[in-house]
Amino acid sequence: MNDMTPDREERSANLKGMGCSRKRVEDARFTQGKGNYVDDIKLPDMLHGDFVRSPYAHARVVSVNKEAALALPGVVAVLTAEDLAPLNLHWMPTLAGDKQMVLADGKVLFQGQEVAFVVASDRYVAADAVELVEVEYEELPVITDPFEALKSEVVLREDLEGQTEGAHGPRKHHNHIFTWEQGDEAGTNQVLDNAEVVAEETMYYHRTHPCPLETCGSVASMDKVNGKLTLWGTFQAPHVVRTVASLLSGIEEHNIRVVSPDIGGGFGNKVGVYPGYVCSIVASIVTGKPVKWVEDRMENLMSTAFARDYHMTGKISATKEGKITGLHCHVTADHGGFDACADPTKFPAGFMNICTGSYDIPVAYLAVDGVYTNKAPGGVSYRCSFRVTEAVYFIERMIEVLAIELDMDAAELRRINFIKKEQFPYTAALGWEYDSGDYHTAWDKALETVDYEGLRAEQAERVEAFKRGETRKLMGVGLSFFTEIVGAGPVKNCDILGMGMFDSCEIRIHPTGSAIARLGTISQGQGHATTFAQILASEIGISADSITIEEGDTDTAPYGLGTYGSRSTPVAGAATAMAGRKIRAKAQMIAAYLLEVHDDDVEFDIDRFVVKGAPERFKTMKEIAYAAYNQAIPGIEPGLEAVSYYDPPNMTYPFGAYVCVMDIDVDTGVPEIRRFYALDDCGTRINPMIIEGQVHGGLTEALAVALGQEIAYDDMGNVKTGTLMDFFLPTAWEVPNYETDYTVTPSPHHPIGAKGVGESPHVGGVPCFSNAVQDAFRAFGLRHTNMPHDHWRIWQTANGLGLHD
Amino acid sequence: MIPAAFDYYRPNNMDEVIALLQEHGDDARVMAGGHSLIPMMKLRMAEVPHLIDLQSIEGLNAIEVKDGQITLGAMVTQHDLIDHDGIAAAAPILREAALQIADPQVRYMGTIGGNVANGDPGNDMPGVMQCLDAQINLVGPDGPRTVAARDYYEAAYMTDRADDEVLVSVSLSAPTGGYAYEKQKRKIGDYATAAAAVQITNSEGKVASASIAMTNLSDVPVWSEEAGAALVGTSCDTDALGAAVAAMLGDIDPSEDNRGPVAFKRHVAGVILKRAVTRAWDRA
Ligand SMILES: Cc1cc2nc3c(=O)[nH]c(=O)nc-3n(C[C@H](O)[C@H](O)[C@H](O)COP(=O)(O)OP(=O)(O)OC[C@H]3O[C@@H](n4cnc5c(N)ncnc54)[C@H](O)[C@@H]3O)c2cc1C
Repeated sequence: MNDMTPDREERSANLKGMGCSRKRVEDARFTQGKGNYVDDIKLPDMLHGDFVRSPYAHARVVSVNKEAALALPGVVAVLTAEDLAPLNLHWMPTLAGDKQMVLADGKVLFQGQEVAFVVASDRYVAADAVELVEVEYEELPVITDPFEALKSEVVLREDLEGQTEGAHGPRKHHNHIFTWEQGDEAGTNQVLDNAEVVAEETMYYHRTHPCPLETCGSVASMDKVNGKLTLWGTFQAPHVVRTVASLLSGIEEHNIRVVSPDIGGGFGNKVGVYPGYVCSIVASIVTGKPVKWVEDRMENLMSTAFARDYHMTGKISATKEGKITGLHCHVTADHGGFDACADPTKFPAGFMNICTGSYDIPVAYLAVDGVYTNKAPGGVSYRCSFRVTEAVYFIERMIEVLAIELDMDAAELRRINFIKKEQFPYTAALGWEYDSGDYHTAWDKALETVDYEGLRAEQAERVEAFKRGETRKLMGVGLSFFTEIVGAGPVKNCDILGMGMFDSCEIRIHPTGSAIARLGTISQGQGHATTFAQILASEIGISADSITIEEGDTDTAPYGLGTYGSRSTPVAGAATAMAGRKIRAKAQMIAAYLLEVHDDDVEFDIDRFVVKGAPERFKTMKEIAYAAYNQAIPGIEPGLEAVSYYDPPNMTYPFGAYVCVMDIDVDTGVPEIRRFYALDDCGTRINPMIIEGQVHGGLTEALAVALGQEIAYDDMGNVKTGTLMDFFLPTAWEVPNYETDYTVTPSPHHPIGAKGVGESPHVGGVPCFSNAVQDAFRAFGLRHTNMPHDHWRIWQTANGLGLHD
Repeated sequence: MIPAAFDYYRPNNMDEVIALLQEHGDDARVMAGGHSLIPMMKLRMAEVPHLIDLQSIEGLNAIEVKDGQITLGAMVTQHDLIDHDGIAAAAPILREAALQIADPQVRYMGTIGGNVANGDPGNDMPGVMQCLDAQINLVGPDGPRTVAARDYYEAAYMTDRADDEVLVSVSLSAPTGGYAYEKQKRKIGDYATAAAAVQITNSEGKVASASIAMTNLSDVPVWSEEAGAALVGTSCDTDALGAAVAAMLGDIDPSEDNRGPVAFKRHVAGVILKRAVTRAWDRA
């Protein structure tokens, strides 16, 4: 320590760089009601659109009579598929390489499907006019079960008739979409056939929905004078929307400006392209006026991107001692009426092949069959297109089932099968190369913190007390250890509609030493304006408070693939660091010139360049920025700007260890969460407070999904859970106090070692809550029961085990 | 979630309200807190071309507790009820029940009058009022009249109230003994999967009187006279509880919905009733 130390510490603290729990700069406007969301946009002469939607899940549209609606004062237009057909916009491509009707073209395939678009001068008139559009339907047989769909003679997608090739091989049936196979089928079967122990289980991961507080919407404004289309909307990937809009409409891309303003939660629900966006654009082109479309809560729940609907069958084999030897997984995936997932082309079931989880499994095989049914399209939400949540739920349930089969402790079974620290980088049986991990340390820390042994002892006592009739509450200890795969991704593997999944950052340093950075991503609550400024602060030595982060306007931001799949920090965060390093490299040359030494004789020190060995001789970044613009420096261009497009060499693999302690009232089916402990390892931690917030939010969504959140259909394809009365959106009342913890295992290939955290708690949380419920009944013979574990289903489980007799 | 067009009235005396109701018949509805009615209008499940807001009518906001008699004005909100010391002392079951309705935001707006008048089987106050044998005071073109809460409900959203009558208050004798309002719900802001209102008196270790009503287990609230009778004379032992539950199960008629199938609801109704009786008896 020398007398420079306090000074350096203070300078470092002033930067508010990496590792600092800096308060979110976004919150000043959000907490004061000053956010600017799509529905806040009001333009002169703006018109309002609203949809006529199908009440039927499967029907032919015989006729649409617009007369009465058009006669209502204030109604400007009623668009149907017939009106869009001449523009070739009655259908649109989906992000999964399928196509989807924008407006019903002869038939409807799910309840809530868009049939006609009413445009009126007033939102209320539009809603009234919707009721006046007379649609004649002829009902068709409804199929809500994918297994039935694969047997049925009913053809759901008549437009695909004769198309025998799916995206990844032959279509097996007219309601079949694709088969995707990974791994070694013969090898896996051989291991399973000869195994000492095999556990089998079938599980259904129900359909749910993330229900962002802000629903989807757009405002399109076609300026006929200069030929420019401006589109504001709830877009998690604004640049992709611009490119798709250009390809669809024929308007040149430079004439389209897409803006994502503040977004009130995305969770994948706002990745896809919706008929409402297309209709608002067409309506604006037709009328020459701005047109706004904002859906309501019920429309959001019944027609926009859902999550899951995966029927999974697994087989896992092991030695008698519990060493896993092989894994087999088959999935029947219900995609609804159109395949509107947002999958990279090579991955029609996302990264479901991460389903070997955190375990060293020598051989595995995965096959996924995608199927059409009469349900809403759009498996994008809650990591649905990437299918990591499904994969982790699958393996974490299979581990529990195997533990039952082996009569072994599930924590110990995990421990003996974890990939070891020294095995990283580790190539899994289904192909992924895990970048880094230290699972045993995390697991031990988690189990020790919750006193795992103590919990099991208490649980055993509780079971005895229950059997003696002294209590009607059982205790469950839910475990989960997850490995995430995020940061899509390497362009060689990952694309959306052919667009490579790099991301970008562009930085401009202003002469007075503050800065603006623009990124190809878009925050929906993740706090990008806070954290990306912290990355830059550490990289370029300018305080985070002096850096503006801007995203979401395609006219100004560099091209990027947007924010979903926890990709912003792994990809755009890396681009930010790399662009920062370019700034620093130029700053170094300027500093050397100003200090009259050779470039190599200065070094970066927090917020300045100092002469090596003579730290009293320095130039601050502020001084350097000023000189960059105002001083003629031989051989160096004026200005201080940089741009970086980052194509990651690999995904990142965050992981974590979660434990949930639950008490279950056997008579009413009511679960009570006593404790929830979440240890996350997301590599380098940029802002611990924001990480904690992300973890709290993700765990709450996981709780919702595990304990009741569901998009349920009846046999006629009616949505049974279409309002917030029946659709479970937890509040503070339902949510326990979460204990968060961490270990740090940096990503070796990421410039700052960060891995991403947004979705980890959802991915790891769902199996943890579910395992807690199921574990409570293990002593009474339960092997597996499907989510959601709402009161009546838990009651039914207890009832089925004879616990009410 | 956008209601059809409607005319809005805010009269400041009851005569005007009744005149409007007479003039528009079926097409008019009064609005109190609006927290049942407005959602129905937004869903376009209720079409109300003429909406008559009651908030400017004087004298509907009072809570009176005097000489063992309680009168609750129709526009008393659930929050007012929770906040009122006199009610907490004279009829604590009202406070206990009101605290289990929805969330604070809804309770600031929702009124006793609206909750009792509405006729939604999910509302919690109707069962409580039946348990307490409250009287519902109405006023109409022919003047005031009173109906017992136990006679008021006919079917879902169908009550003894005529279209041109307004509920002005609910009155009851302050109950004595132990009480409980026990409710199982899926989440905050949910109507009951099953709920039970119990009021019980104790005379030397035996039940002297017991009144039991159940919520959301039929298309009307269910006052189960026999369930109460099954407890009288007992010490609320296991057999008595079993008899009360059996009697109650004979009176309810739940239907399947997203809260669960009928068998589950009947089972939970029994559990909830036992818990309510046990708690009430402990307090008696
Ligand atoms: C999210 C949510 C959750 C809820 N959960 C519960 C719950 O758990 N339990 C529960 O009991 N309630 C619940 N409610 C309903 C809430 O308590 C309502 O406020 C209450 O039922 C109706 O009171 P109101 O004053 O809002 O009536 P309004 O909505 O104004 O009126 C309801 C009906 O009663 C009629 N009406 C109102 N006042 C009178 C009167 N004086 N005379 C004649 N007719 C009248 C109206 O015409 C209308 O038909 C919930 C509401 C919401 C929005």
